[in-house]
Amino acid sequence: MKRQLPIFIVFITGIIMVIQFFVPHAWSEFLFTYANDFVIVIGILALPLGIFSLMRGTVKKAQRDPKERIFALATIAGFLVMVVAGVSRDNFTSPTSLLQYSFNYILIPCQATLFSMLAFYVASAAYRAFRVRTWLATVLLVTAFILMLRIVPLPGPLSEWVAALVRWILEVPNMAAKRAIIIGVGLGGVAYSMKIILGIERGYMGRD
Amino acid sequence: MRTTREPPGISNIEGRTSGWLGHNIEMDKSQKRHFRIMTILIFTAVILMAALLGSPSPLIAEESSSQTGMPAPNVQGPVSVTAEDNPNDNGHGILIKLVPPTDDESIIAYEIERGLAPGAPDDQWFQVGTVPRGMTEYVYTDEDPSLQGEPNPAYVASGDPIYLRLRARTASGVTSAWTEPVAAIARGNWFHTGKVNILVATLLFGFGVVYFISRARKGKALYVRPIPGLQAVDEAIGRATEMGKPILYVLGTGTASDIATIAGYTILSRVAKRTAEYQTPILVPVNDPVMLAMGQEVVKEAYVQAGRPDVYRPENVSYVSAMQFPYVAAVNGLMLRDRPATCFYMGVFHAESLLLAEAGSVTGAIQISGTDQISQIPFFVAATDYTLIGEELYAASAYLSQEPDQLGPLKAQDYFKVAIVIIIMLGVLSLTLFHWDGILKLVYSPV
Repeated sequence: MKRQLPIFIVFITGIIMVIQFFVPHAWSEFLFTYANDFVIVIGILALPLGIFSLMRGTVKKAQRDPKERIFALATIAGFLVMVVAGVSRDNFTSPTSLLQYSFNYILIPCQATLFSMLAFYVASAAYRAFRVRTWLATVLLVTAFILMLRIVPLPGPLSEWVAALVRWILEVPNMAAKRAIIIGVGLGGVAYSMKIILGIERGYMGRD
Repeated sequence: MRTTREPPGISNIEGRTSGWLGHNIEMDKSQKRHFRIMTILIFTAVILMAALLGSPSPLIAEESSSQTGMPAPNVQGPVSVTAEDNPNDNGHGILIKLVPPTDDESIIAYEIERGLAPGAPDDQWFQVGTVPRGMTEYVYTDEDPSLQGEPNPAYVASGDPIYLRLRARTASGVTSAWTEPVAAIARGNWFHTGKVNILVATLLFGFGVVYFISRARKGKALYVRPIPGLQAVDEAIGRATEMGKPILYVLGTGTASDIATIAGYTILSRVAKRTAEYQTPILVPVNDPVMLAMGQEVVKEAYVQAGRPDVYRPENVSYVSAMQFPYVAAVNGLMLRDRPATCFYMGVFHAESLLLAEAGSVTGAIQISGTDQISQIPFFVAATDYTLIGEELYAASAYLSQEPDQLGPLKAQDYFKVAIVIIIMLGVLSLTLFHWDGILKLVYSPV
């Protein structure tokens, strides 16, 4: 029963959601919205579990490895400060609250820094990807070179030719490859969903 | 001299009349005649002025028409207007169809008003839409029964009659007369007729899946092309075991309801079973509490199935952060500190894909990635050793298990891909050679 019940629930809810897709009635819309709201509620109910996991993992790391203690301390301190700062509802709206200061002057700059690092990572990944090892890699390198030329101000008709070539690359070979992947992903998604609804696929429950 | 005690009248005019200030004025016959003529002229002039002021000039008429909505004789409204339930909707839409006048060059748009009753006075009608010239259909829809706490008068209630009328408006603001009010009732529909093609395709695909599963169960060998990324899974796990280092498994920043994430769990289940057999630690940092619960269950069950529940450590599957870049920072930190020998990235990835893959590359780990996010596939191809492109991620469970039930849908998927390629080619040929767009209409869906 413990193994069959989840599969049965998945089957029933899966079939309902498939039918719902073809029914535009208000009741069908309500069902869809209700199901999506349920996902949010489940997420909120699972949040304490996540917080508990984070704290337990951090404490255990600190106990195990002395070098981890400083990081563990920073994690716990950051967590506690944000919890205390967010206790009062007014702190969410007041621009001068500790919560808003923490968001605006600590979290957002840290996130921006991390995102900025992406530019350097793109350069290093491109260096590896564009090494001319095979003829396919050479095609990739030449194509990338042409694409990058688009943003260079070239003299005379050269700029127009490059623009036309880039347009063709993006709209013909690139689009064909993208569509092939999209079709594959679409069919794969439907096939995978069918396997889940029919109970063939149970790996997400930890079972074969 | 007689005084003016007698009331003034016609009889008085014969001999004398009363002045404006009550003075008596003696008049002879010629004076009387002049007086009569003047009286007639003044009277006529007054009547003419009154008539002129009462019928304004064309300019005044135009302004007045635009302000009050009075019809101008030279603007024609729609020839006919019909209203009916809008098909394939949730019951809050009215489809209005209009036939424009033959000469509609001067018209800029048609205004639609809704009234409380067909014969309601003008002040009880209010505008609910505008149809630009050239369009003959308009869907009036409003699903909100309340507007900022107040009842919404434009709300289209399902099952109640809705009264509508139209008129034409020119660019200069001249309007035609209102059409006769038309009524319609909106109703919710129980089947979307525009999705028939999707339903047929889904049913055909379903039959294909069942057919290939039954064939596989009967012992028919189904060929699955080799996928290098999945062939390398065992090699990657073996490498980590030999090096005595952990394996990092990242499920991305999707949610538990994404198919790619579920596929990621399936691969995690297989990988975790192998790591349990080899007693290699597997670290699974997640960004969602629901995914945490699922991840712990998947890994725990895999360890139980491998017969090594004692090796399972729940803290190895840990929640980090729900935010994208804090999650990346934590996982990158984990990579740099623990130096995993193998990194798996399976699931939904966004801007963090390259940040993770490059950090893994710096640590010297062998990396296998898989995602259905098209924009992130190039980054994974550039930065990781093996990449499962799109559908290959979904095929992983079938490929790794080689079970007939798993291979059947994979085979049906391949045959449908061939069918789609044939339809595309037929469509291209029919459009190019015969200018026939029938296939396009067949596959088109309003979704």
